Amino acid sequence: MSDPDHQSANRWRRFADWDERPLRLDRFAVEDPKNGFAAFKGAKDPAPSLIIENGCVARMDGVAAADFDMIDVFIAEHHLDLDLAPEAMTMPSAEIARMLVDFNIPRTELTRLAHGLTPAKLAEVVAQLSSIEIAYAFSKMRARKTPGNQGHVTNAKDDPLQLAADAATAVAFGFDEIETTMRVARNAWSNALACAVGAAVGRWGTLFQCASEEAEELQIGMAGFTSYAETVSVYGTEKAFMDGDDTPWSKAFLAAAYASRGIKMRCTSGAASELLMGFHEAKSLLYLEARCLCLQRAMGVQGTQNGGIDGAPLASTMPGGVRELMAENLIAVWLDLECATGNDARHSESEIRVGAKILPILIAGSDLICSGFGSILKYDNSFNPSSFNGEEMEDFLVLQRDFEADGGLTSIGESEALALRRRAVDALSAVLDDLNLSQPTEAMKTSVVTASGSNETASYLPRDVSLISEEIKARGINVLDVIRALARRGYREEAENLLNVVRLRVSGDYLQTSAVIRRGHVLSAVNDPNDYAGPGTGYRLSAERRHELAAIRDVLDREEVLRTEATFARDEERRIRYKAIGHAEPGRPENEIVIGISPAFGLKLYRSLAGHPLSAVLHALVQGISAKGGRPRIVRMRHTADTSFLGLSAAGLAGSGIGIGLQAKGTAVIHQAGRLPHHNLELFSNAPITRLAHYRRLGENAATYARGDMPEPVVVPTGGEAMGARYHAQVALIYAIETSLTAEGAKPEEIEIAFLEAGHDSR
Amino acid sequence: MTQDETKFRTGLSVADYPLAEKRPDLVVSARQKDLADLTLEAVEAGAVALEDFRITPRALRLQAEIAEAAGRPTLAKNFERAAELVEVPQGTLLQTYELLRPGRAKSKSELLDAARLLRERYGAAIMADFVEQAAEVYERRGLFTYRF
Repeated sequence: MSDPDHQSANRWRRFADWDERPLRLDRFAVEDPKNGFAAFKGAKDPAPSLIIENGCVARMDGVAAADFDMIDVFIAEHHLDLDLAPEAMTMPSAEIARMLVDFNIPRTELTRLAHGLTPAKLAEVVAQLSSIEIAYAFSKMRARKTPGNQGHVTNAKDDPLQLAADAATAVAFGFDEIETTMRVARNAWSNALACAVGAAVGRWGTLFQCASEEAEELQIGMAGFTSYAETVSVYGTEKAFMDGDDTPWSKAFLAAAYASRGIKMRCTSGAASELLMGFHEAKSLLYLEARCLCLQRAMGVQGTQNGGIDGAPLASTMPGGVRELMAENLIAVWLDLECATGNDARHSESEIRVGAKILPILIAGSDLICSGFGSILKYDNSFNPSSFNGEEMEDFLVLQRDFEADGGLTSIGESEALALRRRAVDALSAVLDDLNLSQPTEAMKTSVVTASGSNETASYLPRDVSLISEEIKARGINVLDVIRALARRGYREEAENLLNVVRLRVSGDYLQTSAVIRRGHVLSAVNDPNDYAGPGTGYRLSAERRHELAAIRDVLDREEVLRTEATFARDEERRIRYKAIGHAEPGRPENEIVIGISPAFGLKLYRSLAGHPLSAVLHALVQGISAKGGRPRIVRMRHTADTSFLGLSAAGLAGSGIGIGLQAKGTAVIHQAGRLPHHNLELFSNAPITRLAHYRRLGENAATYARGDMPEPVVVPTGGEAMGARYHAQVALIYAIETSLTAEGAKPEEIEIAFLEAGHDSR
Repeated sequence: MTQDETKFRTGLSVADYPLAEKRPDLVVSARQKDLADLTLEAVEAGAVALEDFRITPRALRLQAEIAEAAGRPTLAKNFERAAELVEVPQGTLLQTYELLRPGRAKSKSELLDAARLLRERYGAAIMADFVEQAAEVYERRGLFTYRF
């Protein structure tokens, strides 16, 4: 205010505060349907329509068959069930929308109905649902009952040792699928081999993908290293499709090609890719995505990753953009596709927006909550940072625990993580050595085992990796060579695990919709169909799974608190002695101030929440009182542990009528006889930030009140910390220890204290 | 379709899924090995090769039946197209894919030739129809044009 710059600025400075928030790094766009910036209502979105003549589609969504583009043709030919369509298309959209959120209407009835609906109709129906209705309908309509998750495993150096270690930890966290890609394209074979080995450590069944150039990806799959693919992108306009260098037929051919090699596959689509590519045709995000999804069902792929993949950040710049991302997830599952529900490319710099975006899908459950959770640190993510990354892993684990929602992941212990990483690095090193590809040194291996990210490793660099990768490719090394190498070097368990994944392709069971492997069994929409039909049905946490979600790291319990306190007991014994000398009676001296300490103070509890020894807190109060001419007296209350009543009871015993209530956790109050219990003179409620100097001043003020004067109240400044989040679990446990020592009507006890160490002065 | 395959087309339901667990009798590798024979010991001894871990046309057709029974006819059709591609060599597979991409074929006849190859050499009748349909649509939409 005295700063002239501030005085002259004609601005409420709160806006300047807001400018500094991470949110303001996000740029938002105005709704502009003509230029493709519309989530639900595009300038040129057609009204739903379907005319069938002579058993053929003559007109669909306002376009005559003669004018169909390639996408229209493919949808009309391969998606629409013409026996069903006339009835389905005449149903009012509002009625179908209600069916989606009505748990009395079975999922299967709606998926069948979708076979007869055009893209414009599907979009019109879901556009009628609010965000909560979309999330609810999604939970009812998703294909597989048990939720799952997918993680990225990449690093900035393409270091195979780190890939193996990170793949092993990703498997332990519970990812059903892991996906790698490269900084340098030719490192694909090395990445594939390393992740395949790492994912075989600990347990088997995590499916694995190596995103690379189409032909090479298929070759790596044929060599047996990978088990799924998802980079088969489709688009909602013909021109965007062509710039993507494909057609519906070429992509459908690829889909069949993957299946013919026994490799699970899903397509990629998602809002705003057409807008990014400059061919939006003034149509909404949702309508274009509805076309993509009908196309995918028409192609006969089992699933999709959508919900805005690379386009999520752009979709999120628009009004309703995030609601649209959920709406397109809903259309995917309504079309009976496996859905990897985006939450992939980070759509915002705001952690609040990121957390808010994932929540509806997390609580609804999803085949794969993220179509790429960064299991590694942001800078190691070769796809780009995800919504959630290695940094935020524990936030996700806690969200699961908060909402008792299964996001597919499970906490792992520190020693388990370290052991898995060591095992993975050793197993891969053995394979590299056995196949004469490379001989990593112990220093390289050790650096990787403990590294959080590639900035901390002294291991392979991209060029070293290229030599390994090209050797794998040139020599035609396949997964059986790797399995034999593992077995030869004593990694039989890993050899078996890897072989089990390869063996999946013989039966092709995991090609069915929404297939993952759990505990050695294929689980898909066929044998684990979502049977949600209202409360008590559908996916519910088992007692065992609930226990897993609850078991996050470093949780408090009563024993932990008592154990910690006990470690301070011995030090306190050297600093202070409390001697009970009988019932406390009302005192006479007019300058007498009673400090009423709580039942467990110095008996079971020895330290304030701020970490001060209780002897020091008491010492500071005593010194403050004495400094202003007061006469301190200590009384232990046994009938209450409540601060207000401690203070008021103390005041009642004090000759001055002024008392201080003091709990073991450090909460303190100045009270006066005759006042109402919760109407005190001064209160230190924020014990964790209360310093010894504050206690001393509190003592001084008590003595000042006793003289009948009015001091400046002591204010403990707060920085806005979430004290409840940081301390309340501990507070509740500590307080329960205090209250367990109280007895109804128990008399206060006179305490004689002696400060034992130099520097303490009880006078 | 052989008589043997016709036999398997009757009666498979979702209750037979997963085949590896419920109907291991139906799952036989390309070189007539049972799933139970595909062990680590067999791999170590060289008794099985990568060839034994390939999916077979028959397995894909069985999965097509299951997909159909589960109410997913388009997925079933994809598995049927895939069954036809199992025996198509990798090179031919990638060439056909490449030819289907925009602007790769300079005329309709190139695609029709590819369809004929699939039909005549590999017995891939459904896939051949599919490529022929693409040829028609590409012609109408002007895809046989210079792109790069």
